Amino acid sequence: MTSPAQTHVLVDLQSVNKHYGPLHVLQNINLQVTKGEVVVVIGPSGSGKSTLCRAINRLETIDDGDIFIDGKKIPAEGKELARMRADVGMVFQSFNLFAHKNILENVTLGPIKVRGVAKPEAEKDAMALLERVGVGKQANKLPAQLSGGQQQRVAIARALAMKPKVMLFDEPTSALDPEMIQEVLDVMIGLAKDGMTMIVVTHEMGFARRAADRVVFMADGQIVEEATPEQFFTNPQSTRAKDFLSKLITN
Amino acid sequence: MDNYLSLFTQYNIPAAFWVNIQLTFWAAIGALVIGTILALMRISPVPSFEAFGAGYVNIIRNTPLTIILLFGVLALYNQLGFRLSDDFQTNFFRLAVMGLSIYHAAFVCEAIRSGVNTVPQGQAEAARAIGLGFLQSASLVILPQAFRGAIVPLGNVLIALIKNTTVAAVGSVAVEASSVMKTALEFRGDIIIPIFLTFAIGFVIIVIPVGLLTTWLSKKLAVAR
Ligand SMILES: Nc1ncnc2c1ncn2[C@@H]1O[C@H](COP(=O)(O)OP(=O)(O)OP(=O)(O)O)[C@@H](O)[C@H]1O
Ligand SMILES: [Mg+2]
Repeated sequence: MTSPAQTHVLVDLQSVNKHYGPLHVLQNINLQVTKGEVVVVIGPSGSGKSTLCRAINRLETIDDGDIFIDGKKIPAEGKELARMRADVGMVFQSFNLFAHKNILENVTLGPIKVRGVAKPEAEKDAMALLERVGVGKQANKLPAQLSGGQQQRVAIARALAMKPKVMLFDEPTSALDPEMIQEVLDVMIGLAKDGMTMIVVTHEMGFARRAADRVVFMADGQIVEEATPEQFFTNPQSTRAKDFLSKLITN
Repeated sequence: MDNYLSLFTQYNIPAAFWVNIQLTFWAAIGALVIGTILALMRISPVPSFEAFGAGYVNIIRNTPLTIILLFGVLALYNQLGFRLSDDFQTNFFRLAVMGLSIYHAAFVCEAIRSGVNTVPQGQAEAARAIGLGFLQSASLVILPQAFRGAIVPLGNVLIALIKNTTVAAVGSVAVEASSVMKTALEFRGDIIIPIFLTFAIGFVIIVIPVGLLTTWLSKKLAVAR
């Protein structure tokens, strides 16, 4: 790992708490992600992984604590918040491509409308990104005409087009047919190699082992354990993690 | 038969229907504009806008159209001297368009909201996640899909509007179809039933294509998910 002098904390969660009614979904979460780091968040269903991810670009509000992106506290609303979100890429489990726009338009919409990039330039960049994720040939199709794996790769390209400082992935492969999972993971591994800062909620151990610097294990709204992938998968410390991993492997 | 045909020389029936079509045209545009703004308010994150939109819809939707149109003529024009044209007829026509727009906007708003409900939550989240603000998300992502999901209910509002233009009679638009029908009925007691049928069929002929067109359009423009 990098020494303190070089670390540049991009995402910083300090004592974050959130409730859904009586349910305490995020319990005093502290998490720092440095530039270029890839953090995999893992944990049982309902442990608060999605909520954590969504809190980082404020698709969910938090009750107390602070979240900083690149040293700046997340604005509560308005233009400032929109600007911050443009710097934080998000990839959803269900892709969420804009259903009425073609693939190219999906990728150029943000750069044109948010970043003010001229259309020809946005299209050139978008085509390069679509080639990079392997769906250049589909540029003029509608999302519904693509396979799940292709749609998710477009979603990654759409997020990348904003030139984000950090990318959030919430179970990007769990809605995919098994034969399509690897093509998406390969794109993500490529991103990690290129130095993208990433927070990835996933149960794909192969991805965690190959690409992650750190695994964060969540249970019942708390971060129970943090370790390198190797340590975590071969020698988990907490009973919760041991229990979880034994179930994950039998599945 | 000649008796019946003389009705058409006595009264310019196509011209009367043309007035209803013009009322429909302008009121449809007015209702669509106001209704879209109301729908935006109702889905906006600002509570006071949301409350205004909800208040408008609930008050207007539950007020009889006759009262709204009479209010335009008797209260706005007669009492307060509010006028939209110096020409007598044009003024009443415009007041009627205004009343029809205000009334049907409430229904347009609800039709668009039903369309918004056909758009998955994830679309709005993806829009926000790339940094689009509320108005951008609404105009670029939500509403284009919502309109396509709302074509049939919007068509139903249009059909209601076409028929409701006859209420403009109470707003002193004396040249529209139902007013002409009423006059014809008074003077041509010999063919009362044919007169009713003539005007009824006239509206059916206008309305049926609208229904067919919106059904066809809604299939053609449906958003594939
Ligand atoms: N909008 C909401 N209202 C109320 N409760 C919610 C809401 N969203 C999530 N929850 C609850 O909060 C808890 C954490 O949800 P979250 O989606 O963050 O879990 P997760 O770790 O992502 O689970 P999964 O692996 O199933 O995706 C769950 O118990 C869930 O039922
Ligand atoms: Mg989840």
